[in-house]
Amino acid sequence: MASRGIRDRVAIVGMGCTRFGEHWDRGASDLLVEAALEACSSARIDRDAVDAYWMGTLTSGLSGLMLSEPLKTGYKPITRVENYCATGSEAIRNAAYAVACGAYDLVMAIGVEKLKDSGYSGLASGGGIPTDGTQSSMTAPATFSLLAPAYSKKYGLDRETLRRVLTRIAWKNHANGARNPKAQFQRVVPPEKIENAPKVAGMLGVFDCSGVSDGAAAAILCRAEDAHKYTDRPLLIKALSFIAGPADGAKRQDYDYTSFPEVVASAADAYAQAGVRNARDEISMAEVHDCFTPTELVLMEDLGFSRRGNAWRDTLEGRFELGGDQPVNPDGGLKSFGHPIGASGLRMMYEMWLQFRGEAGARQVPAPRLGLTHNLGGAPGRCVSFVSVVGAN
Amino acid sequence: MAGILRYGTYVPYCRLLRSDLPGRGRGERSVASFDEDAVSLAVEAGREALRDSDAAPENLLLASTSHPYAEKLNAAAVQAALDLPADVLAVDVSSSTRAGLAAIGLASRMAGGPSLVCAADVVVGAPGGSRESMGGDAACAFLIGNDPGAAAEIVGAASRTEELLDVWRGPEQSFARQWEERFVQQRLVPALVRAFDRSLRDAGMPAGRLSRVAIDTAHPKIAASFAAKTGLKPGQIADNLLESVGRPGAAGAGLLLASLLDSAGPGEVMAVVSAADGAESVVVKAAPALEDSRPAHSVSSWIRSRRSGLAYHTYLKWRGILPFEPPRRPDPPRPAAPPMQRAERWKYAFIGSRCTTCGATNLPPQRVCVACGAVDAMAPAPYADATARVATYTVDHLAYSLQQPVVAAVVDFDQGGRFACELADVDPATVEIGQELEMTFRRLYTSDGVRNYFWKARPRR
Repeated sequence: MASRGIRDRVAIVGMGCTRFGEHWDRGASDLLVEAALEACSSARIDRDAVDAYWMGTLTSGLSGLMLSEPLKTGYKPITRVENYCATGSEAIRNAAYAVACGAYDLVMAIGVEKLKDSGYSGLASGGGIPTDGTQSSMTAPATFSLLAPAYSKKYGLDRETLRRVLTRIAWKNHANGARNPKAQFQRVVPPEKIENAPKVAGMLGVFDCSGVSDGAAAAILCRAEDAHKYTDRPLLIKALSFIAGPADGAKRQDYDYTSFPEVVASAADAYAQAGVRNARDEISMAEVHDCFTPTELVLMEDLGFSRRGNAWRDTLEGRFELGGDQPVNPDGGLKSFGHPIGASGLRMMYEMWLQFRGEAGARQVPAPRLGLTHNLGGAPGRCVSFVSVVGAN
Repeated sequence: MAGILRYGTYVPYCRLLRSDLPGRGRGERSVASFDEDAVSLAVEAGREALRDSDAAPENLLLASTSHPYAEKLNAAAVQAALDLPADVLAVDVSSSTRAGLAAIGLASRMAGGPSLVCAADVVVGAPGGSRESMGGDAACAFLIGNDPGAAAEIVGAASRTEELLDVWRGPEQSFARQWEERFVQQRLVPALVRAFDRSLRDAGMPAGRLSRVAIDTAHPKIAASFAAKTGLKPGQIADNLLESVGRPGAAGAGLLLASLLDSAGPGEVMAVVSAADGAESVVVKAAPALEDSRPAHSVSSWIRSRRSGLAYHTYLKWRGILPFEPPRRPDPPRPAAPPMQRAERWKYAFIGSRCTTCGATNLPPQRVCVACGAVDAMAPAPYADATARVATYTVDHLAYSLQQPVVAAVVDFDQGGRFACELADVDPATVEIGQELEMTFRRLYTSDGVRNYFWKARPRR
């Protein structure tokens, strides 16, 4: 498979992100307008300067008109993007390719989700596609909860220790979110509260699940050689990888629910594009898809941050905390920043944008070299995975 | 004369203790789970009857007083789930608990190839009433044909029809009503006696020749009076299963017959009579082939395999009698007719595909092999009777279900292949990796009136 990538050819020159949370007073269009205008103002451009748009949403609307109508973009190409929970990252990837190939000079990637209007608990989208009625009824937390017993069995980790590990992940991401004025949850949560929360599925309690929220985020992209027209501190794209797996985890007995092969594949592709040889040493910080606490645990191994069977130990030793060797989800992650599906991939990039510009405030990671965003959609054994590597130089 | 070639039964897993009911009483009654109905029960009994046989029934009769659809052939779902040939003549028989034994009588009179008779019922009575406490939920199936090698010969059969206001329920009524027992008794006992006598005359033997007689009736006094009038001795009266199962409507008489066959020795002659809107009487004689024709589960093994003491409020919720707070999740969507038709053998009969190139099982059936990528090189792989183990599982407190939490598992089949599905009849606290499972046909949910049938796995019974 040829995957040449577009290393250092495209730069992000402006970003915007709404606060994530329960925006009872704003609809998807309001959130889109807010994120888009903040991104334009961050790149010091008028919105008429944007040549084309890639807009991601899972369930909040259809077609490019969802953006053109509220933002009054006139007669511009707007592509609506959907790829499960990796939708926002897909908007970035496709927008980046459009400028890299020279089709446009200045483009916007934007993502939005309005989840809190449904009245349901958790993420609930039927999709409206007619079916034969044989589809699995498992909810998202149930599918990801399968990782916990499988991981503990494979590595001989007793239930109590595994619980401590998951609690530490939730605690860390809440502690990071407490330093983030745009996060949905901005409070440190005591470990006892995390552990004693009402159960949602398997070992997972309420605090093991990402925040269900509304929000939008946007990025302005151009070719790297034009970046300094807009900002003196652009964020350079080193790698973009996206994988849709064969979705055979629930069809083949050799899948053991302790890894996302799709993540392993997309990470290998991204590292090859970016020239990363040792992710544990070379990636300074990462925003990863912590939809549920066991997901983050497994991702540390799939992304090469921990050796197989060692992520739990690295977690307990604080490696992925803000003061640790390799901070993960410094902005609070899906866990406390919240997870408005279409916006999440862009929100991850927004944290990279702030961190590499030294604008991350109380959660600033000192002198980052390379940053990584990882965005996943689907479930263990049946998912899509996105990995990007970014940097300032 | 016609004979019973094979038979099977099914008694659902849960039991209500009558002492927990407002109507009180002794013993317990069987209860179909929230995801079972007359069609799914009939499929389970039909699978028992047809397992490992190459029988191809030409007729299919489904008897019930609780057919899931008032309009739409219920027997068609049974035909599809049992993967019977589409050339089968399928008929719903209904409206009276007599329908089960009547269908057996009807099948025994039909010429040509064998008939599969399924009788199944989910008996719902008004809370506090005797129908609620004395009813039961169960199913039975009999393959009947003119085969000299039958497991049991039907040596006599007779019917009697009476226009009588005994039990009645209109489409607008949730619960059946019942006339005063004493009035009903003076009509039904003579009807029973007459049908019984005629069936014995058919068989050319006296009542004393019968080793056991099972009496299916809603009224205990009718049974006693019938026994007295026909001169049957107490030792000839079979257990009516009222204390362990209850009276499962149209499946009642057949379940009693199956229970007799479960333990009958060669040459043994037995009778089953059923009283409702008249009477049915069937006399059968066990043949040498019976020994090798018995189903995997006897009635008594189903009775032993149970979860007793289901909470009464849970039962009321399952039957839709007690309204409850729905989960804060969207209602499941109505399944669509064309995709259901395309997936028919998978959805109803749980037939996947096996790659003819590499041998890998593909569940659901695929065009491109999940293991080797071969295209359109698949053969059907029937998995309904496949045994399996829990590979991993979870307890889902969020999923939409009448019975929360939902236990979902990744299921690895012993013959290869994997499938993720819900577990039925399971206590969330006792599920474990490696637990042995078998497949069971269920009604997953109902949406817009569409009964959505598919398969779940259950701990082996």
